Amino acid sequence: MSFRGYEAVIGIEIHVQLNTASKIFCSDATNFDAGDNENVSPVSAGMPGTLPVVNKKAIEYGIKTGLALGCEIRKKSVFSRKNYFYPDSPKGYQISQYDLPICENGFITFKVNGVDKTVHISRAHLEEDAGKSTHSGEYTLINLNRAGIPLLEIVTGPDMRTPAEAAEYGRAIRQIVRYLDVCDGNLEEGSMRCDCNVSVRKEGSTQFGTKVEIKNVNSFRFVEKAIEYEIERQIDAVERGEKILQETRLWDPDKNRTFAMRSKEDAQDYRYFPDPDLLPLIVTKEMIDEIKSKLPELPIARAKRFQDAHGLPEYDATVLTTEKSWADFYEETAQESKNFKASSNWIMTELMRELNSANKEIAHSPITPKQLGRMIALIDNGTISGKIAKTVFQEMWNSGKDPEVVIKEKGLVQITDPATIEKLVDEVLAANVQSVEDHKTGKKKNLFGFFVGAVMKASKGQANPELVNKILQEKLK
Amino acid sequence: MIDKKTIEHIAKLARLNITENEAAEYSAQMGKILQNFDMIAKVETGGIEPLVTPTEIEAYWREDQAHNTATPEEMLTNAPARVGNLYKVPPVV
Repeated sequence: MSFRGYEAVIGIEIHVQLNTASKIFCSDATNFDAGDNENVSPVSAGMPGTLPVVNKKAIEYGIKTGLALGCEIRKKSVFSRKNYFYPDSPKGYQISQYDLPICENGFITFKVNGVDKTVHISRAHLEEDAGKSTHSGEYTLINLNRAGIPLLEIVTGPDMRTPAEAAEYGRAIRQIVRYLDVCDGNLEEGSMRCDCNVSVRKEGSTQFGTKVEIKNVNSFRFVEKAIEYEIERQIDAVERGEKILQETRLWDPDKNRTFAMRSKEDAQDYRYFPDPDLLPLIVTKEMIDEIKSKLPELPIARAKRFQDAHGLPEYDATVLTTEKSWADFYEETAQESKNFKASSNWIMTELMRELNSANKEIAHSPITPKQLGRMIALIDNGTISGKIAKTVFQEMWNSGKDPEVVIKEKGLVQITDPATIEKLVDEVLAANVQSVEDHKTGKKKNLFGFFVGAVMKASKGQANPELVNKILQEKLK
Repeated sequence: MIDKKTIEHIAKLARLNITENEAAEYSAQMGKILQNFDMIAKVETGGIEPLVTPTEIEAYWREDQAHNTATPEEMLTNAPARVGNLYKVPPVV
C-alpha cells in the first residue's frame, strides 16, 4: 500500500500478561483487584539477599503460546538482567531473556479485509513486569503489585505494511492467547500492551528507514490510529528534508497524535548479562510434547472445520470462532440438535442479541447449549413451529427452564391433528364469507395469505403451517 | 581512562547527581577498574561457549501457588515516605 509514494514498515511487540496465580519468581498473588502493595514480598520488592525461584506454570504458558505460534522452543534458554533505573523497578534491573529466548522463529496467519496475511514471529521471551507508577507532578506514587507478574513479550519481524494489518495482528494474538487460556486479553487492565515500531521508505526502496517506537497503546483501534498518524508525520518530515530521529514516542488518544517521550541523549544502555541468581532454563522434549498434545484447536483451524465438516458458511464459521467460549457453545448445541446451520443461526441471532442487551458473557447464558440444542431438535421433529420456538426461546431465556417444560407449561405444542386444524379453517371461512366469494371469483387476488394468517392467529400460532396450507387449498378449490 | 562525558551519561541513567570533581575522580577510578578487565579480555576464548553458570545442577521450579508472605504495612516499614499504602518517591516525569 502506498502512502504518498512511500511504504510503511511496521513491527510490533506485544507484552502478554500470563494469568498465573502467583508471580514468575515468587509466590505473591497476581489478582488485579488487590489493595495497594498487598501482593508484595521481599522478593518482588527487590530486598537484598532474596532469591528468585521460577514458576513452572509461567514456563508452560510461554511454551504453549510459542507452540501455538509455530515457534521453535529452545531447550536451554537463559534469564538475563536488563539494567535500568526507574522507581517502579525495585531491583534496578528487570529479569528478562536476551540472546537466548525460550521461543523463536514462528509465524501467525490472520485475515485482513478477507485476505490472508502471515507475519513472522521473530521471538517470544519470558520476563517480569514492573510496578505501576502514578505521577502527580509533585511526586510519584509506586504500587509494586504488578512487579514480578509473568509476561511473554512476542516480537514480530518488520512484516506489516499498513495500520490495519498491525491492528488485525494484535487482535489475532489476543484471540490466540484467549483460546490458550494463558491471558485474559484485557487491554484496559493492561493484560496486553502494544509497542509499535514504525518507519517509512520511498516505494521500491529495499533499505529500512529510521524506526520510531510508539509505546503505551492500549487498544487495537488506537494501534491503527497511532500508526496512521506516525506514518504521515514521518513522511511530512522526510518531505521537508528532515532526518527521522530514532526515538520513543507516546500516543495521546485525546489529541490523536504521538509525541516524543525520550530523546536520543537519554538512550538506555541496558548492559544485559545472565542473571547469576537463576540457573539456565532447561526444558525437555517430553515436556514440550506433553504441552503440544494438549494444545486446543486454534481459531483458524476450527473455523475451517466448521465450514468443511459442518457445512457452515465462512461468515458463520468466522463469527462463531471469534471466542473459544462461543465456538464451544456452538459445538455443544450442534451435537445435541444434530442441525449445524440452525444451531449457528439461533446462537448468532437470538442468543447473541439477548447476551448483548443483557451485557452477559456466553458462559453466563441462562440457556445452556444442551437446552438450546434440544429446542432446535423439537422444531425439527415438528413438536413446535419455528415461530413458536421464538416464544419458547424467550421463556427459556427468562426462566432458565428446559424447552420441554416451557412447552408443556405454556401449552405451546404444535397442532398437527388435521381434524383440529380443519375445524379452525372452517371457522375462519365461515366468518369471512365475502372474502371467500371474492377469492373464488378472482375478484380480489392474494387473499390466500390472508386466510393462512387468520387460521394461524386463531390457533395462537400453534397450527402446523404446512397442514394449514394444505387444508385451506382443498377447501378453497 | 573513561572520559567525563561518559561518566555523566552513566550517572544520568542511574539518576545520580554528581559534581564536577566527582566526575573527574570517578573517571580515573573507573578507568583503573576497566584496565583490570582488559587483562581478562586478553585471555584467548575463541571456540569456547560463553559460561552462563558454573554449576551443572538442574533448575528448581516452583508450583504455581499464590501465598502472600508479607503485609503492605511490613513492606512499607523502610519507606522514607508514603501515601496510604503506596511508596512515595520524587517526581520522575
